[in-house]
Amino acid sequence: MSAAAGTPVSGDLSIPFRWRRKDLLGIAELSVQEIGAVLAAAESFAEVALRPVKKVPTLRGKTVVNLFFEPSTRTRVSFEIAAQRLSADVVNFSVASSSQSKGETLRDTTRNIASMFPDFVVVRHAHHGVPAMLARELDCGVINAGDGSHEHPTQALLDAMTIRHRKGRIEGLTVAMVGDIAHSRVARSNIHLLTRLGARVRVAGPRTMLPREMAALGVEVCYRVEDALDGADVIMMLRLQLERQRSVLFPSLGEYAALFGLDAKRLALARPDAIVLHPGPMNRGVEIASEVADGGHSAILEQVGQGVAVRMAVLYLLAGAREERS
Amino acid sequence: MMRPLLIHGGRLVDPAGGIDGELDLLLVDGRVAEIGAGLRAPVDAERIDAAGKVVTPGLIDMHVHLREPGQEANETVASGVAAAVAGGFTAVACMANTLPANDGRLVTELIVHAAERANLARVFPVGAISKGLEGKELAPMGAMVKAGAVAFSDDGRPVTSAELMRRALEYAQHFGVPVIQHAQDLELSGDGVMHEGEWSARSGMPGIPGLAEDVMVARDLLLVEETGGRYHVAHLSTARAATMVRDAKRRGLPVTCEVTPHHLLLTDRDVVESGFHTHFKMNPPLRAESDRQALLEALADGTVDAIASDHAPHASDEKCCEFELAPFGILGLETTVALGLDRLVRPGIVSLKQFVQLLTVGPARALGISGGTLAPGVRADVTILDLERPWRVRAGAFASLSRNTPFEAWDVRGVATATVVAGRIVHQLEPGRGSAS
Repeated sequence: MSAAAGTPVSGDLSIPFRWRRKDLLGIAELSVQEIGAVLAAAESFAEVALRPVKKVPTLRGKTVVNLFFEPSTRTRVSFEIAAQRLSADVVNFSVASSSQSKGETLRDTTRNIASMFPDFVVVRHAHHGVPAMLARELDCGVINAGDGSHEHPTQALLDAMTIRHRKGRIEGLTVAMVGDIAHSRVARSNIHLLTRLGARVRVAGPRTMLPREMAALGVEVCYRVEDALDGADVIMMLRLQLERQRSVLFPSLGEYAALFGLDAKRLALARPDAIVLHPGPMNRGVEIASEVADGGHSAILEQVGQGVAVRMAVLYLLAGAREERS
Repeated sequence: MMRPLLIHGGRLVDPAGGIDGELDLLLVDGRVAEIGAGLRAPVDAERIDAAGKVVTPGLIDMHVHLREPGQEANETVASGVAAAVAGGFTAVACMANTLPANDGRLVTELIVHAAERANLARVFPVGAISKGLEGKELAPMGAMVKAGAVAFSDDGRPVTSAELMRRALEYAQHFGVPVIQHAQDLELSGDGVMHEGEWSARSGMPGIPGLAEDVMVARDLLLVEETGGRYHVAHLSTARAATMVRDAKRRGLPVTCEVTPHHLLLTDRDVVESGFHTHFKMNPPLRAESDRQALLEALADGTVDAIASDHAPHASDEKCCEFELAPFGILGLETTVALGLDRLVRPGIVSLKQFVQLLTVGPARALGISGGTLAPGVRADVTILDLERPWRVRAGAFASLSRNTPFEAWDVRGVATATVVAGRIVHQLEPGRGSAS
């Protein structure tokens, strides 16, 4: 494996480290070493995308099931490409998930999948904890591709990789996260990861979407977006779920954009070399102005590219742990 | 004719009667015949040697769900009272959210008859406040009281309408029965599934703020002050609600409250640490540690009248699903005594006398029912406790039809070794056996 680009993440990577997890359910339970291992592996897999033949035999003969209970295009496609570049066979399994989707359904679905003996299940679900439930019931590796407002670990890992590429480090950086923090799995996974790696994290958003208890996660809670952006190295804009407007959380998209949206003027509060991230898909003109999304500070498309490498790395590491067990 | 029963050699603890001492108890014809030291039993008497054990008035769980009629796969009246006596309870009050709801004479009678057939613990039905638990029109309280209802509650569903609550508090006074509120503002609780606080923020799980309970208790106390109706807060779970009830009692309002063992022993952090196991999902949710501490304080200072289990059986098919979709509720009848003895009495949070009071005269007074004390002539409902016997909670061995306990595999000390209802032994552990069932 080639050496990782950029400065190594904080934490002593010289300690011999062996990946032992069969599942990736969240960032919260990962150690600094484990995060470092994923990022290092991802660096070496990033190179595969540059080859004329974008395929390595690592997972030949393995089956990856993409089990998506929530609509998603980019995450599913990213996992699919990652698995294919590792020579795995990929099956996409989209399950219409209504609020009526009761436990029996999930349990039966799980058992059906188990009897097909996949090696990995990549799962996205509207409800928190479903990947953990599957991991308890299935022998295969389970990767959380987003569960409720809980975690989206591969998104945080690809964000970290993007930041390291652009900034050379994570430790000591000031990261501003703006939007619906309360309901964001991207925010949660990123908070766990970035604080663990020594970044200073500020969160900002409307009080209705930013519980003060978030401070327990080691972040600075700001209610004025300007306070969060001031001198920031990295800005992460979160996707506003438009259906929340129908609830009592905020009055209108226009007011949200005016108070919390990132435009060029607000961006100027950050450091001159600040980068802007967004997990996508963007609501242009709501949480982010097009001039910022398409501007020189934006690293949004790079995030998408890193996503494939990170997901390859995760599959690779989990496969190694599985080999060791058997 | 039933044989007389002599319970001898034990320490008799009856807080209402001011008794705590080595006293024997002679039960004849279903009633207490005599209390005294070194009693002589008639030659034909059965005997229970209670040496080294504690003898108390029959324990009362004033908040259980027996699921009959309508959800008999989860529990029936018969299985529920079997669980009750296995757990040391001689009486339970069962909530009205059956299918159909206990909102009239027929369902009340059905429950009473099922309890008579089962012939184990006494069952006191709680009637619905509103028809169909819909929170709109008053249910026929008079007819239900006549059929055996001892209180009214829409438990499981809060009474949202202040107007309905006001009228219920007024009307229930005709029958001298309390109105029991499941205090929760449904708009504030929203689609929450766990306590809103640090751990919901950390995990992203939708939260139920303590405020949902506080707001409802505050409103209801104003209605109580206005109407003078008897009011009981079910499964009180927040620090602020405890403070409000304490204050209301000081002002002389006719207010009582209960807390559950799980709110006294577990917190929102346990929900997270269980990996969001659905056996940690109940309503009200496990609260913050600061709430738990406030409840322990309220228990110790007498603000709390009763420990009640909110025994809410759900078959595994219902609970074996996503945390957010799982029904609220956990079992309690077969763990309350052990948890209380081991985790409340043993560490000295409450005295044994207080604990017995919270399970006997406390709930009896809150409900306005007889029982909860032992004196010559009263019904011979008695529980015998072994404070030391160790056992491990195994839901698989429960008499309940359901298994949904968050206390699975807990090692506890203390158990009800015998339960006597109307002078008849309905539950007795073999000496030295290390399990409660």
